[in-house]
Amino acid sequence: MSRLLDADDIRRALRRLAHELVEANHGADGLVLMGIQTRGVPLARRLAANIGEIEDVEVPVGPLDVTLYRDDVASRPPRALADTRFPVDVDGTTVVIVDDVLFTGRTIRAAMDAILDVGRPDAIRLVTLVDRGHRELPIRADHVGKNLPTALAERISVRLAEIDDVDEVVLEAVPTHDPAPAGESGARA
Amino acid sequence: MKATRLISIDDLDAEDLALVLDTAEVMDEISARRIKKVPTLRGRTVCNLFLEDSTRTRLSFDIAAKRLSADVMNFSAKGSSVSKGESFKDTALTLDAMGVDTVVVRSGSSGAPLQLSQYLDVPILNAGDGWHQHPTQALLDLYTMRSHFGHLAGLTVTICGDIIHSRVARSEIEALTLAGATVRLVAPDTLLPTDLSAWTDGGNVEVITDLDDALGDSDVLYLLRVQRERMHRAFFPSTREYHRLYGMDARRLAALPDHAIVMHPGPMNRGVEITPDVADSPRALITDQVNNGIAVRMACLYLLIAGSEVDA
Repeated sequence: MSRLLDADDIRRALRRLAHELVEANHGADGLVLMGIQTRGVPLARRLAANIGEIEDVEVPVGPLDVTLYRDDVASRPPRALADTRFPVDVDGTTVVIVDDVLFTGRTIRAAMDAILDVGRPDAIRLVTLVDRGHRELPIRADHVGKNLPTALAERISVRLAEIDDVDEVVLEAVPTHDPAPAGESGARA
Repeated sequence: MKATRLISIDDLDAEDLALVLDTAEVMDEISARRIKKVPTLRGRTVCNLFLEDSTRTRLSFDIAAKRLSADVMNFSAKGSSVSKGESFKDTALTLDAMGVDTVVVRSGSSGAPLQLSQYLDVPILNAGDGWHQHPTQALLDLYTMRSHFGHLAGLTVTICGDIIHSRVARSEIEALTLAGATVRLVAPDTLLPTDLSAWTDGGNVEVITDLDDALGDSDVLYLLRVQRERMHRAFFPSTREYHRLYGMDARRLAALPDHAIVMHPGPMNRGVEITPDVADSPRALITDQVNNGIAVRMACLYLLIAGSEVDA
């Protein structure tokens, strides 16, 4: 196991991502941040707080659980569903999907479907703390905290203080006989 | 979820029960949207096999399956080969041959869902069988109580009426005791089972014969329908007398604690077990129960069908 990002690295990355988002959007107007359960949720809150400091506004932020939109519902054991809450009507807004690790892109496909089911935003953007490659769908992030090319046999774990009591991103080797548990960041998802 | 079928509340443990109720909360949010649909069970077929009449349970399962994008086959005894005398087994084998992913079954015969589970290798959901069980009714009732009070453990739920003929009461007693609530039964002796211990499984259940004695400290007063269609001889002298002794009216409503609520699984016999003014009062959560039925059945369908291709 090796640590790729520490707490300061994560803090700086989020600060830069907040600046990038505001610059690309010409301000914070119309931005809605949706954090993908589980670790996208605190990341979205932190991003919203950063944007709030930069632009002196309150950015709407909410959690998004994509389980019901996944393409592998049949082949995974059903899990407890987490909250989905859109803080505002998404029509005419720019919805920013916030996730911890971008991997195959399938979670993001599911997230886009979930968002489009509740309304018609002007745009959907994607922010991810880590992009580890191995896309299976034509999806890319608009803003990336850190590109971390990995082997498929490795696992990236993002740990956040709100959930894991520590801020860090670590790389672990996955033993072939013990696939990553469902829902683990960077598990084949 | 550990359960692979829902024939009786017995199929669930306390953890599964909580998972169903938690999942239903998320499903409730979907029903509040403009587009009340998620693609989760796309390409899956749910068969509603209704061999006994039903309004709300059948409609509720139908809507629940459709909100999850499943294909729904509605099958009732009338208008099918059952009315030509096709056996239950042959009906089951026909469903199997058509490749259904789950069967929701309602039957007047106790044990029909269990029998069906021996013919079919898919999750079976009991939508009420004879005098036996009606698990999704109990789950939606628990969901309604939990939404109202915020918890189930420690609640005192008084179930009043036709206990012996009631599959709802059986499921209700099991589910409430599993969740840590106290159950109190009020009924004339003729409408109580002779051996209650077989029903209660060591749970916290007491029996009171006078409804007025049970009101003062009940959190929930749950009224059961007088099931005339299951009564082939007299269980009480007259409906007027039944109403006087066991019917819920404005006077008894006033005797309940201020925070207490009134529930009824429907369909109601207005003027028998409940007066119209109580049924229509804001303290009766009867329409909430119907509404919550959709979310709870969505949760059950999702938890039983999703992951069905995973090798156990």
